[in-house]
Amino acid sequence: MQRVLRDKRAILLFILPSLVIYFAAVLVPTVWSIGYSFFEGSPVRGFTFIGLNNYLDIFSDRQFLNSFWLSIKYAVFVTTGQVFLGLVLAIFYVLVLKRFSVLIRTLIFFPIVLPAVAVAQLFSKLFEITPQLGLVNSILSSLNLDMWVQAWLGSGDSAFWVIVIMDIWRSMGFYAVLLYAGLIDIPEDLLEAARLDGANGIKLSRFVIIPMIRPILISAIIFSLNGTLKVFESVVALTNGGPGTSTSMLTVYMYHSAFAYNEYGYGSTVAVFLLILCLIVTLFIYKFSRKDVD
Amino acid sequence: MFLQRAFSSVIGKVFIFIFLLITVYPIVWLILSSFKDPSEFSKPMYALPEGLHIQNYIDAWTVGNMGTYFTNSVLVTFPALFCVLIFGAAAAFAIEKMKWKLNNAVLLLFLAGIMIPMQIVLLPLFTIYHNTGLLNNLLGLVIVYIAFGLPLTIFLFTGYYKTLPNELIEAAIIDGASIYQIFYKISIPMILNAFVSVALVQFFFIWNDLIFAMTFISDSDLRTIQTGLINFTGQYGQREWGPTFASISLAIIPTLILYLVLNKLVMKGMTSGAVKG
Repeated sequence: MQRVLRDKRAILLFILPSLVIYFAAVLVPTVWSIGYSFFEGSPVRGFTFIGLNNYLDIFSDRQFLNSFWLSIKYAVFVTTGQVFLGLVLAIFYVLVLKRFSVLIRTLIFFPIVLPAVAVAQLFSKLFEITPQLGLVNSILSSLNLDMWVQAWLGSGDSAFWVIVIMDIWRSMGFYAVLLYAGLIDIPEDLLEAARLDGANGIKLSRFVIIPMIRPILISAIIFSLNGTLKVFESVVALTNGGPGTSTSMLTVYMYHSAFAYNEYGYGSTVAVFLLILCLIVTLFIYKFSRKDVD
Repeated sequence: MFLQRAFSSVIGKVFIFIFLLITVYPIVWLILSSFKDPSEFSKPMYALPEGLHIQNYIDAWTVGNMGTYFTNSVLVTFPALFCVLIFGAAAAFAIEKMKWKLNNAVLLLFLAGIMIPMQIVLLPLFTIYHNTGLLNNLLGLVIVYIAFGLPLTIFLFTGYYKTLPNELIEAAIIDGASIYQIFYKISIPMILNAFVSVALVQFFFIWNDLIFAMTFISDSDLRTIQTGLINFTGQYGQREWGPTFASISLAIIPTLILYLVLNKLVMKGMTSGAVKG
């Protein structure tokens, strides 16, 4: 028995294909990128070793700081929106939804599986102003709210909010299902007892439901932060970081400095910074998921 | 108290209905608009189409090259999906069910991949691909999709293998089964549902990818559906709304169909990645 389960050749055969591809396309390039961050240049121009200079320069680079701030702002707003609306939906699923429950949950979940590019194209048409008014402007105009009709993607501020709304739209149903799974584990008699004590609606949510699902709520928040810090495709497909650099999050800034300006060293430094940010968030996940087990 | 409860239940229902509308209406609007005649776009956007103007789809498919992009996406997605599932299941089986010293270390190594942002591998991979002829080559995309799909796949599969009783494997060994037979005749069929969930999650990841496709493919004949879509709408989508809506619809139809048929498994697969992640 042990001989079969300890068969070295079988273990190698099972594990090697994954390990080889993973090393070649993920681990080696990651380490390589960290190496790049100590250099200045590109494969065409050649590289010069500059030590930690990229890391020192990065903090006096206005564009980098702008991108960093945008990433944080975006992550905070989208995470709050996704998880909060997800939680509200999930609570309503449990408390008021009886008929068509599965159907409704399934429909609101759907946008998360759509390609970000297609969703972005859809939203650019929703918020279009020329050559025709898009759906949002059309509706505003038919409600006689013409002063609100505007080029939503033409100004940095509103473009940022369109991206935020788009990503909340895409994933609130996902978080609703995620949190719903935690909610239905709350024993029914606990809810009933709280109701008999006169708690309902907001009080019931605040004092009974939320404390009961705290672990899953925290992992949802951290999962969302991890995803939103890496946002790339929605932004590239909707605004490509524009107008100007007003929606250029870290990931987009990295891409542009690497590929548009051919600064391999500097682009890698931004990428390493992103990696560190994700690492910090992941350590939080790890810490909290350990707590759940106890 | 009764009134209060009835009232909050009505608010809840209205709230859910509004969210249902906000979610579903844009998608329905998109699909309806894809059947509009060019002249209909001068009317308000919420107007219903007057007929089924299929020409939009024909234009998107041929003039807009969506046919080529669609084929490329299929050619990349299925080989990558096949490999990521087989390699991932095999690795997870060895890690979770077989006995060797480094299994936990190897698992951790793979799990680290879940947090690595894709941006960090772009430049080195671009250099490697440039020197090995994998730039502008669909094989290059297949490789990177497998590599980035593995961490989550292995993570999910090790979770499912944990629930597979060891006694079952021991009984099979006593009956004289080889370890390979146990892997593909017992372990995979036993977690078949999970297998399909993971396959779906990976399908969406690969089919929806933009960043690798736009970095490693610049040849317009080799574009996948997402890069093609960005280009398509950029080129003449500004003027031709009908074909643009048709091409966006084409990009989402495969995901729509899969979701219609297998939504339970999709939801299970996608949320299980988050809870444990």
